[in-house]
Amino acid sequence: MKILVAIKRVVDHNVRIRVRPDGTGVETSGVRMSMNPFCKHAVEAAVQLSEAGQGDEIVIVSIGPKAANDVILTALAMGAHRGILIETDAELETLAIAKLLAKVVAEESPDLVLLGKQAVDDDSNHVGQMLAALTNRPQATFASVIKLVGQSLEVTREVDSGTETVSIPLPAIVTADLRLNTPRNAALPMVMKARSKPLAVRPAAEFGVGLAPRLIIEKISPPAERMAGKTVGSTSELAAYIASEISQMEAL
Amino acid sequence: MSTLIIADHDLGVLSPATARVIHAVAELGPIEVLVLGQDTTAVAAEAAKLAGVTKVIVAHSAGTADGDVQVIETLAPRYTYLVQSAGSVGKDRMPRLAARLDLMPVTDIVGILGPTRFTRPIYAGNALQTVTDNQPQHILTIRASAFRAAAGGNDSPIEAIDVPVISAAKLIAQHRTESNTPDLATAQIVVGGGVALGYSENFKLIEQLAKKLGAAIGATRAAVDAGYAPNDWQVGQTGKIIAPDLYIAIGISGALQHLAGIQGAKKIVAINSDPEAPLVKLADVALIGDLFEIIPQLIAELEKAGVNR
Ligand SMILES: Cc1cc2nc3c(=O)[nH]c(=O)nc-3n(C[C@H](O)[C@H](O)[C@H](O)COP(=O)(O)OP(=O)(O)OC[C@H]3O[C@@H](n4cnc5c(N)ncnc54)[C@H](O)[C@@H]3O)c2cc1C
Repeated sequence: MKILVAIKRVVDHNVRIRVRPDGTGVETSGVRMSMNPFCKHAVEAAVQLSEAGQGDEIVIVSIGPKAANDVILTALAMGAHRGILIETDAELETLAIAKLLAKVVAEESPDLVLLGKQAVDDDSNHVGQMLAALTNRPQATFASVIKLVGQSLEVTREVDSGTETVSIPLPAIVTADLRLNTPRNAALPMVMKARSKPLAVRPAAEFGVGLAPRLIIEKISPPAERMAGKTVGSTSELAAYIASEISQMEAL
Repeated sequence: MSTLIIADHDLGVLSPATARVIHAVAELGPIEVLVLGQDTTAVAAEAAKLAGVTKVIVAHSAGTADGDVQVIETLAPRYTYLVQSAGSVGKDRMPRLAARLDLMPVTDIVGILGPTRFTRPIYAGNALQTVTDNQPQHILTIRASAFRAAAGGNDSPIEAIDVPVISAAKLIAQHRTESNTPDLATAQIVVGGGVALGYSENFKLIEQLAKKLGAAIGATRAAVDAGYAPNDWQVGQTGKIIAPDLYIAIGISGALQHLAGIQGAKKIVAINSDPEAPLVKLADVALIGDLFEIIPQLIAELEKAGVNR
């Protein structure tokens, strides 16, 4: 089974972001960047399938600026074989990303495409589903377990009512949730080895896909601040507060 | 300019999210509701009662994304807006539908400023995006907790349609969390527990307090990862988004990914042994101390105060 994993470079999930005062966006210069956590789980899943003898080649693709090479190298160090950077400095919409990935799927013909379920910057949660539509493949999103059964995958998905298991024939698209696995930290020799693995850099324009945005982002604003609260000294004070909140609620 | 809302439902019951989605988009034009699934008679009847609905359409589906999207796609040309709540079903189906129709969706909407202007949170709710969508058709998902519910009392017609679908995916098992607590995403009161509970047995303390208050139960990712609580109780950037009148957070530090799920809470109470915990700083009222001592006392005090919901 050939596996393609799409990954994104984002502001590190531990960074407390700052909205630019002029409303044009979120400050990203001088901010620590790293691989989107969900994408890390997707890479780990591919490597584990490979280690179990169920995966052959693992190809990593990322779309972004030259610096996104970093996250591809991280994935190669985790055990992937080859990388593709689709280079663009533009902030592409998810639909454009999915269209570029569909071109890569057409070139590479992977049996399985793994992606993170969402990116922690725009929180969209679109690309896997869109790629599935564009390539006319079945999808299993929010995966917490992936099992290869013959020519199909059995994927357990985390949903609002609990979990559900779907069977999807290959070729297919799966998006990773956080409980799918624990991503490894690559050991130093693997990091060194990653540098000698093939990494192709290709300009986004080369793919002949319309990348113009469909939506107009008027502004980015900070969320409303909460009013500072107080500390109470005893459980009975807390109980009185809760009781009064509830009676106000019920009065409405 | 008409709107098709895809209903959310489970176990033959219409989700409270759908009434909120209906209310959210009421200004955008006449609303029809699509109920997809099996044995949905009761769901369709519930949807037909909601104010603002002009028709309910019922179609059979096997509950998979590729199959559901085929049904929605055949109906799509009749509508300007195709809308579902941003729950796990809407998140799964609507981007697939959007790509089929070559449209960029606007998802997780928390504010509707006009027919084509919307606000949505990004960066775990630490920033808000205002977007204009000038495409000929609009694919939207709505964060239900950000809106009030449509009223009842309506009696709109129900029409069954038959759309043949071919789904490559097959739903082979479902595991539900058995619980008689209210729906987490739309509950008025939520009691949340963190990894500090230490054992799944101890989570029963949270459940006892929740029962006393008629509250839904939430949990942090750390508590779910540790196996103390089921995944569908997770609140946050990657779990459920809640907006209760009162959120009581117990042994929860307040990581930004957790805060992402509770920004809509009107009042927040924190019980934590650490006065420096971010959630303590953010709370309207905090009590510093050991949760294992505080919760049983709190239940007893609430009992004394005659609180029982
Ligand atoms: C990509 C990504 C997505 C994530 N998504 C989510 C999400 O959706 N939801 C979510 O919740 N998290 C999410 N997380 C995890 C998040 O970063 C935190 O790790 C998690 O919320 C911490 O959970 P916690 O508060 O239970 O644990 P901790 O941070 O360990 O906090 C435990 C708290 O309990 C207090 N405590 C300990 N003992 C006691 C006691 N006896 N009495 C009273 N207080 C006590 C401590 O002072 C501390 O404040 C995500 C992380 C990542 C990277």
